Amino acid sequence: MAGMNEAELARLMRAATAGDEKAYAEFLRGTAAIVRSFARRKIVQGGVDPEDVVQETLLAIHLKRHTWRQDAPILPWIYAIARFKMIDAFRRRGRRIEIAIEEFAETLAEPEQETVSERDIGRALDSLPPGQRVVVSSISVDGNSIGETARKLNMNETAVRVALHRGLAAIAKRFGRG
Amino acid sequence: MKTDELIRTLGADAKSTVMPLGKVWFAALLFALAAAAFLLFMTIGMRPDFMQAMETVRFLFKFVFTSTVAITAFLALRMLALPGAAVGKFGRWLLLGPLLMLAAVMLELLAIPSSDWGRRLVGNNMFVCLTFIPLVGLCPLAALVATLKHAAPTRPTLAGAVAGLLAGGVAATFYAAHCVDDSPLFVATWYSLGIAILAGLGALAGRFFVRW
Repeated sequence: MAGMNEAELARLMRAATAGDEKAYAEFLRGTAAIVRSFARRKIVQGGVDPEDVVQETLLAIHLKRHTWRQDAPILPWIYAIARFKMIDAFRRRGRRIEIAIEEFAETLAEPEQETVSERDIGRALDSLPPGQRVVVSSISVDGNSIGETARKLNMNETAVRVALHRGLAAIAKRFGRG
Repeated sequence: MKTDELIRTLGADAKSTVMPLGKVWFAALLFALAAAAFLLFMTIGMRPDFMQAMETVRFLFKFVFTSTVAITAFLALRMLALPGAAVGKFGRWLLLGPLLMLAAVMLELLAIPSSDWGRRLVGNNMFVCLTFIPLVGLCPLAALVATLKHAAPTRPTLAGAVAGLLAGGVAATFYAAHCVDDSPLFVATWYSLGIAILAGLGALAGRFFVRW
């Protein structure tokens, strides 16, 4: 997976654009591996977790996949988005540290446990409006399909798809550079 | 959320589609032209001697300059909206408008006695020019910034500034039909300043509104 190259990724993305969902998942996994090694290489000092950069890059790539032209190389496109999101993550971290100093006492009293579920995207998910949150977490955390989610929540599939897409867009918006 | 869970979630959203960028650019440009035309013709309108002016080279050159600025800005802007796209070649074309203007200014200085330079530079209505070019360009700029938001510029401030150049080029092209000052000395100074105001506004809009 780690060694996926330009031609392979471009082929998968073209297939995905044509509606092949398996190809899309494979593309995302290949991209995740590439961005992960990029982020680990670039982030030498602490403060930003490379995996957060991986996740935010994947989300941005998903929502902005219409900005890749099928005749253009895909790796420069992926790296440009990863670099942009990494700078974003560092800026956000800078702001958050300022806040943390103000609330130093509380922070000391209750040290935060770093766990996998507390990724930045996970936190953003928690702040979604309830309608979007139940749909997104049903699919992401609980691993349900669109159909299962629709039955479980007694919604129709179109409504689930709309809530999912809006939820993802809202999460991405929280990471937008300000 | 684990990365695998995120990937599965994005996969579930694979069928969602957005309007292709080409179509959005087309709509934004169409809106920009229509909005600029509407504002200009509903307010100050064309100069009364438009048809006679069409026969003078100075008047026509204004359109050559402003439309060159607009077209070269659009070519660069389209690239700036795409992550990882090579902007360099198109960025260099942005020099074409200023170079044309430089040549025109040289010719004007040769053609006109130096005692007339000041009068031609100040012209008749530089304040109208400085007001109306930014004013006519505001709606076009808003449409272009909205398009940038839909795209993914990795240098949002720069992309916003170039969007301002494009809005300025469009606004100045329409404004040129109203303006009775045709000397390149006037156009090089006041038109450029009006366009620069929009470029500055565009840079601010890019910096603060184009988040993705």
